[in-house]
Amino acid sequence: MQLHLDIAWSHLRTRRRQTVASLLGVVLGVAFFLAVSSLMRGSELDFIARLVDSTPHITVSDEFRDPTVQPALLRHPAGAVSVLHVKPLTERRGIRQYKRRLEQIDAIPGLRAAPVLAGQVIFSFAGRDEAITLSGIEPARMRDVTTIEKDIVAGSLGAIDVDPNGLIIGRSLARKLSLAMGDTVSVVSPVGNVRVMRIVGLFHTGRAVYDETQGFAQLARVQALLNRPNVANTIITRLEDPYAARATAAHIERMTGYKSVSWQEASEDILSTLMVRNVIMYTVVGAILLVASFGIYNVISSVIMEKTRDIAILKSMGFRAGDIELIFLIEGLVVGAAGSVLGFLAGSGLMWVTGQVRLTVPGESDPVNLPVYWGWSQFALAMLFAMLSALAATYLPARRGARLAPVAILRGAA
Amino acid sequence: MSAILVARDLTRTLPGEVPVTLVHDVSLTINRGEFVVIKGPSGSGKSSLLYLLGLLDQPTSGTLTLEGEDTTGFDEDQLAATRLAKLGFVFQFHFLLAEFSAFDNVRLPMRRLDRLADDIQRRRAMELLHDLGLVGHEHKRPSQLSGGQRQRVAIARALANDPPIILTDEPTGALDSKSSSNVKDILKELVRTRDRTVIAVTHDDHFAAGADRQVEIIDGRLV
Ligand SMILES: Nc1ncnc2c1ncn2[C@@H]1O[C@H](COP(=O)(O)OP(=O)(O)OP(=O)(O)O)[C@@H](O)[C@H]1O
Ligand SMILES: [Mg+2]
Repeated sequence: MQLHLDIAWSHLRTRRRQTVASLLGVVLGVAFFLAVSSLMRGSELDFIARLVDSTPHITVSDEFRDPTVQPALLRHPAGAVSVLHVKPLTERRGIRQYKRRLEQIDAIPGLRAAPVLAGQVIFSFAGRDEAITLSGIEPARMRDVTTIEKDIVAGSLGAIDVDPNGLIIGRSLARKLSLAMGDTVSVVSPVGNVRVMRIVGLFHTGRAVYDETQGFAQLARVQALLNRPNVANTIITRLEDPYAARATAAHIERMTGYKSVSWQEASEDILSTLMVRNVIMYTVVGAILLVASFGIYNVISSVIMEKTRDIAILKSMGFRAGDIELIFLIEGLVVGAAGSVLGFLAGSGLMWVTGQVRLTVPGESDPVNLPVYWGWSQFALAMLFAMLSALAATYLPARRGARLAPVAILRGAA
Repeated sequence: MSAILVARDLTRTLPGEVPVTLVHDVSLTINRGEFVVIKGPSGSGKSSLLYLLGLLDQPTSGTLTLEGEDTTGFDEDQLAATRLAKLGFVFQFHFLLAEFSAFDNVRLPMRRLDRLADDIQRRRAMELLHDLGLVGHEHKRPSQLSGGQRQRVAIARALANDPPIILTDEPTGALDSKSSSNVKDILKELVRTRDRTVIAVTHDDHFAAGADRQVEIIDGRLV
């Protein structure tokens, strides 16, 4: 083996310019692979982190996956008569006995839950009417489940516990309605209740629509406003392990009967878009490495063409076809491996530079650094790609070289 | 005297639209320690016969027995293994690996055979180079050596695994007369002092005169 390495090395060393050129191909391939993949993976993870961060991991809502079977249908389950146009019983919407449900769900280890009663209301201020989604929350539970507290820019989340008429709205909405901290606003509910409430907090999440249409108030206050005492319409939860959401959601649904949607289910379209994006990305960066592998193919082929004489020497000496093949395979692998390592350095440089770029993304008001993923798995993947393409590029010429008959070369040379 | 190499009806035909027969029904027995010269006009098939005897080429028909072992039906790897251990070649052009020093070229067959410990291989390579008058040239590349010196390195390499048979194809063809006689002396010496079988293809009548036996080939047939 050492012997094969020595011979392989001698070929590469004396063909320095070609070797360097093919090496450069691999280095660039690996570096671009890393730069592109780190950015794609980084933005994906960043996106998922935001998603996981900003949406409840599981949302238990006052709905059922299957419509409730109506009594009229239960009456004749297998009858010849089919009852059409059944009007469902008027039901009081909302999670019934939400406190018990909440306790039940909260008892699941690694999970925190918060009740929410959300409803549409109208803000009336200075002659303007704005439709707002007002969520009744319990601040103590809410701060464990969502990141809203971190987005508070004035006042505090707890202020609505202190002031039962307290209201927290988005900074953009406040600006739009020329409302400031401490100002009062009339809140009108669909059932006709009117309440004068006071701004005790402002938040800013960076999501424009959310910031302009969301408001928070005390759960009890919203229940009163909407005439829905002791009712919540969603229970939102946060898990220590966000990736357990699917299983836990199924568990909650079995336990409570209420539709429980994990964040993955809620974002299935986005997640599958991300997957398509990954497929495209790996195709593109794979193509870069494919091009690089032509460089390797070129160098090994030309080494073999120049070295037919050496092949004859070695074979006449008693080297086997397998020895010759191994020598050239080593050459390809050395280029692949050295290219990978240098590509790691160049790629890390590119990744670092990319990570320094700051830009403002649509829907975000603050400039952010491009998210760059530094995980080892993509380095391993880049190396794997590089080695495989190096091997593939070397294999054919190596076999061809190994099969050269020494006499054919001797006859030609002598 | 025991036969070391027995060829029976060796025929080698190159396939093609017009098949060319390079070697025709050659039968030849060569004894251990014998110095045999193959003569003949240019294009008569001397090299082709030597390739067959040296297991570099496979006969279309006929058999070749080496040290009592019938090589018919040997696969590529068996042929290679036999060449490695039992045969040494010296060709007209030196055929050294350009990137390796004289010393490293001589070590190549020993390293491939891997029968001796590394330090013994090194010592043996040095001894061979010194025997062939290459003291002080051990670490030069082929390009830094003269034609005669290169050919002596090639001989040292052919001897590296101590093979019983040495085959040479006009080893002095590319050398000036002084280096040429020097190389020839070395080959003769080999036969005389080391009990080695040498099969040499040559045009050189003077060199041929020193052989135990001369065989002549014309149009692929022994005469
Ligand atoms: N690939 C080939 N195709 C056709 N004919 C060939 C081929 N190789 C060799 N020959 C022919 O085979 C014959 C024998 O060639 P060989 O090299 O064995 O001769 P030689 O006796 O060694 O000649 P020289 O003294 O010039 O080296 C020649 O007539 C040559 O033209
Ligand atoms: Mg010839």
